[in-house]
Amino acid sequence: MTRRTRGRGAAAVALLAGVPVVFLAVFFVWPVGHIVERGLRPNGSWDLGVVGAVLRAPSTRHLVWFTLWQAAASTLLTLALGLPGAYVVARFDFRGKALLRAAITVPFVLPTIVVASAFLGLFGTRGIFAGVVDLDGSIWAILIAHAFFNYAVVVRTVGGLWSHLDPTLDDAARTLGASRWRTLREVTWPLLRSAVASAAAIVFLFSFTSFGVVLVLGGQRYATLEVAIKRATLDRLDLPTASVLALVQLAAVVALLLSFAATSSRRGVRQRLLATGDVARRPRGRAEHWFVAANLAVMAVLLGTPIAVLVERSLHPTTGYGLDFYRALFDTPARAARFVPPLDAIRNSLEFAVVATAIALVVGGLAAFAVAGRGRGRRPLDLLLMLPLGTSAVTVGFGFLISLDRPPLDLRSSWIIVPIAHSLVAIPFVVRILVPVVRSIDDRLHEAAALLGASPARTWREVDLPIVRRAALVAAGFAFAISLGEFGATLFIARPDRPTMPVAIFRFLSQAGAANFGAAMAMSTILMVVTAAAILLIERFRTPGLGEF
Amino acid sequence: MLRVEGVTVRYGDHTAVDRFDLDVGEAEVVTLLGPSGCGKSSILRAIAGLVPIAGGRVLVDGSDVTNRPPHTREVGLMFQEYALFPHRDVVGNVAFGPRMHGDTREAVARRVDEVLALVGLSGYGARSVVSLSGGEQQRVALARALAPKPRVLMLDEPLGSLDRSLRERLTGELRALFVDLGLTVVTVTHDQGEAFTLADRVLVLRDGVVSQIGRPVDVWRGPADAFVARFLGFGNVFEVVARDGRIDTPWGPMTAGNRPDGDAALVIRPDGLRLARTGAEGVAGPATFRGDHFLVPVMLRTGWTLEVTDRSGEVPEPGTSVRVELDPNHVVLTAP
Repeated sequence: MTRRTRGRGAAAVALLAGVPVVFLAVFFVWPVGHIVERGLRPNGSWDLGVVGAVLRAPSTRHLVWFTLWQAAASTLLTLALGLPGAYVVARFDFRGKALLRAAITVPFVLPTIVVASAFLGLFGTRGIFAGVVDLDGSIWAILIAHAFFNYAVVVRTVGGLWSHLDPTLDDAARTLGASRWRTLREVTWPLLRSAVASAAAIVFLFSFTSFGVVLVLGGQRYATLEVAIKRATLDRLDLPTASVLALVQLAAVVALLLSFAATSSRRGVRQRLLATGDVARRPRGRAEHWFVAANLAVMAVLLGTPIAVLVERSLHPTTGYGLDFYRALFDTPARAARFVPPLDAIRNSLEFAVVATAIALVVGGLAAFAVAGRGRGRRPLDLLLMLPLGTSAVTVGFGFLISLDRPPLDLRSSWIIVPIAHSLVAIPFVVRILVPVVRSIDDRLHEAAALLGASPARTWREVDLPIVRRAALVAAGFAFAISLGEFGATLFIARPDRPTMPVAIFRFLSQAGAANFGAAMAMSTILMVVTAAAILLIERFRTPGLGEF
Repeated sequence: MLRVEGVTVRYGDHTAVDRFDLDVGEAEVVTLLGPSGCGKSSILRAIAGLVPIAGGRVLVDGSDVTNRPPHTREVGLMFQEYALFPHRDVVGNVAFGPRMHGDTREAVARRVDEVLALVGLSGYGARSVVSLSGGEQQRVALARALAPKPRVLMLDEPLGSLDRSLRERLTGELRALFVDLGLTVVTVTHDQGEAFTLADRVLVLRDGVVSQIGRPVDVWRGPADAFVARFLGFGNVFEVVARDGRIDTPWGPMTAGNRPDGDAALVIRPDGLRLARTGAEGVAGPATFRGDHFLVPVMLRTGWTLEVTDRSGEVPEPGTSVRVELDPNHVVLTAP
């Protein structure tokens, strides 16, 4: 970060990095180590028998095959819908574009369980299309839900680069005799390839580790590795199998990330990028107007319909429209003994989110300053910080379940375990948001402050902190939204009497009856509104031009 | 060879080019000269088919290309900041055009060698375009535009992003190349020196409308109006009023020649003024050094501020009284 930081010595960096390293060691490496141990040393000694048995089972092969091909199909579908959308957002100006850009991001941050509910509202037996389009329990419901989720990834990643490509390169190709199609193939595609590849990698990874969507929409027919881990653990109490599946998942994700990293250096092209705004223009001519309109229609249908239907279903008791489902959430009928009032779930979620946000900000903030600095250990630290992102939430939850259950770390009965898990998922995002901003702080600002008589601590407080504050607000909003929506890990570790909103929604969905379905829809709507509010708040504080997320 | 008839270009409500006409003969070099934002780049883009036109026609070699897409027009364009393809090397850039026209591999290779030799870049083929200097990039862009043998070659600020000494050298080279190859060329620039060196004919543009058209020497001798005169760099342009065939000047009344009564502009070329013992009285300001002469601002009693060229090297101290003589042979009376 600064020459003086280096001068201040490794001690300062070690101090900055120490807290995140210890945090990750205890709450990530330790649980994952336990998964390895459960899988490979089930009885205290190395025994690969379980591994062999699980890997040889045809059901495992089916599971891995399905997980792979549904991820590939989801990626293709998302790219097919998203690439034209990226072009429209990058190259055309139209009324309401800023709002649209914010709106298409909303699905990406929606809790998976809300997305799943919304698609049940569309295609489920109580859905709006029930009996018309029969996609209940079909693979299409899953693929479309994944496209709904990841559309923004493609538009933001690819559109982000596309809007900075110099359009006169296209013009040059055209005057040299290339048709529109040839220009796209020979000029645009080579320059855009790296962004398309990273978008595809992200979508594939998210679809590969998809949990909530497949759990709810897949029924008994479809399961990803994530869902299988959950079923083995929570439904069948078969921990050895769960461990082996978690290891398979971990290995697949690591292989995926490594192969992407190995090939990405070959794709990049050194090029001059423009400031945005220069290149977007109003559509001209009939063909362009149709193209823009068609893509806006795709966005409206793909992204708008599920959300609209979710709200509609939540307001639609058996007869007419009304707030009955919402009112039911706030009533406390004396029902079954294990019944937890829905209002409590909302309160739990909010409390957990506040605590998780605080942890993620402190740990992630310290890590960001360490990573942005010039210390020797910053690259390994950076990698370590990204690992929880690659690992799945279910793996984290499962690891917590089997490792934090005895002294000295017996947290299983403590509420704090939930916000800790949430913060673990949020920290990579916090770091990614903060690092570019911390790096952007000009060294000369520190020098100027020092020459004006500020001590290093004072400089940090009066120069660094105010600059980072906006980004920290954005990161906090993200962490808050992530915690609110976190489902995979929470399902494993939340105590039955302290469910979060996603867990409560899942419970409603697993029970029969119109009232339960309605309650799930109503609570999903509330969760969606709170999350969207947090995200729209972020958009207002975002530092323009730094980072895509 | 190229005919533009009444072409209009609009961006939303803004009219960038208004009913523009142009006729370029075979092997003629025409330069559009004007300040930035005057619509000159839009004219090139309209001719190339890169912006839709709101009216008018474009004819290349007698055939109407108005409704043809850019890649079938056989019009070459060298872009302002070159727009070289960053993912291709020098050969890849230059070969692009011939490849698009379906030439055989051998024909493409031959053509690439030919044009690279022409611009003095033989042996640069495998270099990455990002690693080239500004002047080298300019040559690659020119070679790329020439390679498919366009019927009309257009250059948008061909030397605009180069430093001054390089620009002056390359202007001469470009002119020689145009003449040698017998090219039909339209260039665009905001630099009058560049325009005068390159062009057979100059068009001065203002807000999408032609202010003046003619041979460089004629435009220089008789700027059509005050705007053109100021744009060409004349420092002494004054608003006057012609009345009864005469105008009033600090040197007394002068004949207005064949200018009608009303507002007019008096343009005095640099050689027309000198410090002397007689002439109009004024006060000298701080002089600036311009290489082979000094430029002395003189505030006349009547309110005009003159820029007087002084080659004697003995400039008056600021604040001293001086007199300025006028040579009527270097005076032009034009439209306001």
